[in-house]
Amino acid sequence: MKKRSMTTSLADHSPRLIRSIERRLFLKQGLSLGTLALLSGCELTDDEGVQKVLTGMSRWNDRVQGWIFNPNRLAPEYPESAMTKPFPFNAFYGEDEVTLVDGNSYKLEVEGLVREKRPWTLPELYALPQTSQITRHICVEGWSAIGKWSGVRFSDFLARIGADTTARYVGFECADDYSTSIDMATALHPQTLLTFRFADQILPPKYGFPMKLRIPTKLGFKNPKHIMAMFVTNEYPGGYWEDQGYNWFSGS
Amino acid sequence: MEPSQTHWVEIHPLIVRVTHWINAFAILIMVTSGWRIYNASPLFPFRFPNEITLGGWLAGALQWHFAAMWLLVLNGLVYVTYGIVSGHFRRKLFPLWPRAVLHDVLEALRGKLAHDDLSMYNAAQRAAYLAIIFCLVVLVFTGLAIWKPVQFQQLAGIMGGYEGARFLHFGAMALMVFIALVHIVMVILVPRSFPTMITGRARRTS
Repeated sequence: MKKRSMTTSLADHSPRLIRSIERRLFLKQGLSLGTLALLSGCELTDDEGVQKVLTGMSRWNDRVQGWIFNPNRLAPEYPESAMTKPFPFNAFYGEDEVTLVDGNSYKLEVEGLVREKRPWTLPELYALPQTSQITRHICVEGWSAIGKWSGVRFSDFLARIGADTTARYVGFECADDYSTSIDMATALHPQTLLTFRFADQILPPKYGFPMKLRIPTKLGFKNPKHIMAMFVTNEYPGGYWEDQGYNWFSGS
Repeated sequence: MEPSQTHWVEIHPLIVRVTHWINAFAILIMVTSGWRIYNASPLFPFRFPNEITLGGWLAGALQWHFAAMWLLVLNGLVYVTYGIVSGHFRRKLFPLWPRAVLHDVLEALRGKLAHDDLSMYNAAQRAAYLAIIFCLVVLVFTGLAIWKPVQFQQLAGIMGGYEGARFLHFGAMALMVFIALVHIVMVILVPRSFPTMITGRARRTS
């Protein structure tokens, strides 16, 4: 091949050669992008543009899960022999830091789009018709455990307080500074229970005394413990884990 | 261009090349984020080194996993539909005889397997590519069962429930990663096969 002079312009080259060079450059850039992705998965996730896409996809998945959710589909129930013993403790803090709530002075605050906003004492709540379920608790981490919870059907309680069930969300504030919120369809599901007992005993502090909202159609972190206040709203309330990037709907 | 006896033939249609690379990208995200999710509650007494995982923490890994699943599934649907409707699968991946697979795998292990005609897959390749497709189908369905064990409880039921689906999801991942690694080693051993999956063309001497 004849040595090319330094003044050769691009026009002297065949379009095919240029295309081939462009392709190589494109490939090289593509490969380095891939290497970057491999080397710094953590920083990649923190990148503003990437995070925007991921958050957008999570919102999209909220909608898809809302469509998939069948209000009449029941979570499988199990016999007492299937119960996991001991049932695992789980929270955003250690078991020795469990919040102790005084049952005598306890009052559940009810706020937002409800007719009757008066607070509820424990004896009043215990006096409501109770039901039980033995269902699988599935943690967002992947593990699962079967437990027995007893309490008031949440849809009955919402009817009793005159909640606007056309509203979009029910939010919860907890004694351990935890918070979460759920969609109204799940709140009205027949297996969503406001529970006061675990394995036929009054809820011990580590399982959420005085009450835990048990939702077998959602992941464990959507089941708030030590509930102090609940509210019905049309404004997205978020939650402790949800605000940090966990998927809001998190249905199972 | 000086005249020569060699000419170029297209051996990989554009749609196969595009879906191949989108699939490779989606699998890379799904596997590395999946390892991070696995680490939050390992099924076996080991964890994947965090350095080779994606997401930074569980929430980040879940975001990646549940975003890339759409890419994997939609791209996979395009590829499988094309493969069936166009006859691409029938022409390229079949017939597949167990004896031929065994023969070609043994030949490959002895380093003797010929792959002169890049447009034709040998039996070992056919088996490997079909196995990857099968693994991905299993991964999608076990993944659906893990994501929605209540809504899709019949699906989860045939996989041994939620916990059974977790083990199957892991097993299909492990098999798929193994085959993908063998695939990459083979491409390194037959480097001229690599550009064909990008340009679609192979040199043929006539």
